[in-house]
Amino acid sequence: MTSLAASSVPTRRRPASIGGLRVVLALAALVAFGALRYDHFLGAYNVFSVLRYNSMFALTSLGMTFVIMTGGIDLSVGATAAFASVVAAKLSPYGLLPGLAGGLAAGALVGAVNAFLISAARIQPFIATLAGMLMASGSGLLIAQNQSVSVSYDTAFIELGQGDILGVPTPAWIAAIAYLYGSVLLNLTPFGRRVLSVGGNEEAARLMGLSVERVTWGVYVQSGLLAGLAGVILAAQFGAGQPAEGVGWELFSIAAVVVGGTLLTGGEGSVMTTLVGVMLLGLIFNILNFENGMGWISLSAYWQSVIRGLFLMVVVIAGPVSRTKRS
Amino acid sequence: MSDAILSARAPALAWARRYPALVALALLFLFDLAFTPHFVSWQTLNVNLTQVATIVIVAVGMTLVIATGGIDLSVGSLMAIAGALAPMIFMSPFGRAHPALGVALAFIVPVAVAGAFGFFNGWFITRFNVQPIVGTLILFIAGRGIGQVMTNGNLQVFKNPAFQFIGLGRVFGLPVQTLIMLALIAAAAWMLRRTLFGRQILAVGGNEKAARLAGVPIARVKRLVYTISGLTAGIAGLVVVAINSSSDANLVGLGMELDAIAAVAVGGTPFTGGQATVVGTLIGALIIQLLRYTLLANGVPDAAALVVKGAIIALAVWSQQRGRRAA
Repeated sequence: MTSLAASSVPTRRRPASIGGLRVVLALAALVAFGALRYDHFLGAYNVFSVLRYNSMFALTSLGMTFVIMTGGIDLSVGATAAFASVVAAKLSPYGLLPGLAGGLAAGALVGAVNAFLISAARIQPFIATLAGMLMASGSGLLIAQNQSVSVSYDTAFIELGQGDILGVPTPAWIAAIAYLYGSVLLNLTPFGRRVLSVGGNEEAARLMGLSVERVTWGVYVQSGLLAGLAGVILAAQFGAGQPAEGVGWELFSIAAVVVGGTLLTGGEGSVMTTLVGVMLLGLIFNILNFENGMGWISLSAYWQSVIRGLFLMVVVIAGPVSRTKRS
Repeated sequence: MSDAILSARAPALAWARRYPALVALALLFLFDLAFTPHFVSWQTLNVNLTQVATIVIVAVGMTLVIATGGIDLSVGSLMAIAGALAPMIFMSPFGRAHPALGVALAFIVPVAVAGAFGFFNGWFITRFNVQPIVGTLILFIAGRGIGQVMTNGNLQVFKNPAFQFIGLGRVFGLPVQTLIMLALIAAAAWMLRRTLFGRQILAVGGNEKAARLAGVPIARVKRLVYTISGLTAGIAGLVVVAINSSSDANLVGLGMELDAIAAVAVGGTPFTGGQATVVGTLIGALIIQLLRYTLLANGVPDAAALVVKGAIIALAVWSQQRGRRAA
């Protein structure tokens, strides 16, 4: 596949940080535009509702970032979140912790199935996680019997989605902590370095004595756990476990990772710029809403996907991101 | 590729290992003959062939794309665009004034537009040296939005026997879309085996660098396969709206990219490119279709069928890889 000369680790910082600066500037420009143009754009209500809603995508995209850095892909995150939301909703009458643990366990289970298929059965990640996606989706629908499952309002479980801590939405705290953890994991731990080496050149990593299998298990189970957490927030935020939700989340997450500048070929990447990518894609919808509120134009909500697609196109053209590696 | 003798001791076993998809299809068929009530009937054949046709039509284009080592995530969205355009044309004042010309244009224009978008995919991927999964993600996101914006998200209901012939008509007692499917399979299989373009497709997927050195026009080959994929998606979009007597851009082709990819994978075309079997893709799609039918006909809930489908896709790809390694 890739040649030994194209080895990865030492050269990763520079391109990632330049691309990173660009997306941060793009986000800043978008926020400045919104703040100058719309009255309540930076108001607490708008900021917190954007954060509360996008926290779920932030979590699935974080897991996706690590998977993509190994050169893999995880198509199952949306279905996993839906499955986990059902499990969490079923366990919510027993309290916050059982609901949370159930959702996480459901996510970890899907992640483990993915990792097994990729690592032991040696199936390409695209197909393996496609299978994982179908199995997770089917399991969620089976448990929920094709209906949404009401969450118990008698316990503290709903706080995970609807609550605030120090005035800031709880899901935003959860996402913030997750990204802090992800950043430390990537930049300061041996596991982070291993993830990048496996993605940079799997064969070389294997020859250096790295356990590629262990890295694979790590990133896919982690992605499952984070998608499970997103499912817990989904159930708590909307008061129901939703087995049919999550369609297209995986591709949204991949888009966020790409916008954030992480290479799909693996071996390079940054965690915090993925968060910026999520916010950018999320803000497009928000700004469209405000623009319609101004009354000058009337763009239907359908325009948001057109604009998101165009935005992704601009990002791909502008940055050296996601280009195929030169051999 | 070549039909080498794998094992003198157990030729039947070796054969089964070489064509696991065919064996699986035969086993499923035998199971149905023995256990599924009313299996041997004209209606069963019709239901299954009608349902599988759209997936196979899309999967033919997808097989060619995957043979070049690429992937096309945009097919479902292109189906939505084609499906939205056709009724707009034959229900327009012009289409009502000139019914014959209106219907003719309703076939030609949407397919041509989908082909043009497919060409855009190929152009974008080769011009900017983008990974196919990212390049086609743009139209996956934006394409459905374009279809929704064109129709303002509204359902278009219609009754137009001339146009709906493509989804409801019969020739020699067989559904028209089944004949289209068979024609496309035959054309693509012939092209891959007998034409220069077919060899170029496999050369690009097998070893792009070597193909370049051998003078294969890589960019042109890729642009052409993505164009073909767009065209087949456009045809499938027309079939779907013709069957439904209505077009809903929110739903037409939703999730089709993954169904088509699954059919290609189960059929035995490897994702690494350089090898392709269009007939295998047909068999792969038939397996997935017949499996679902078998489960539903025997009282298994749809959700459980989804889980089994995931497991079967993983199992099929796993067994093929083993077969290939053994060969």
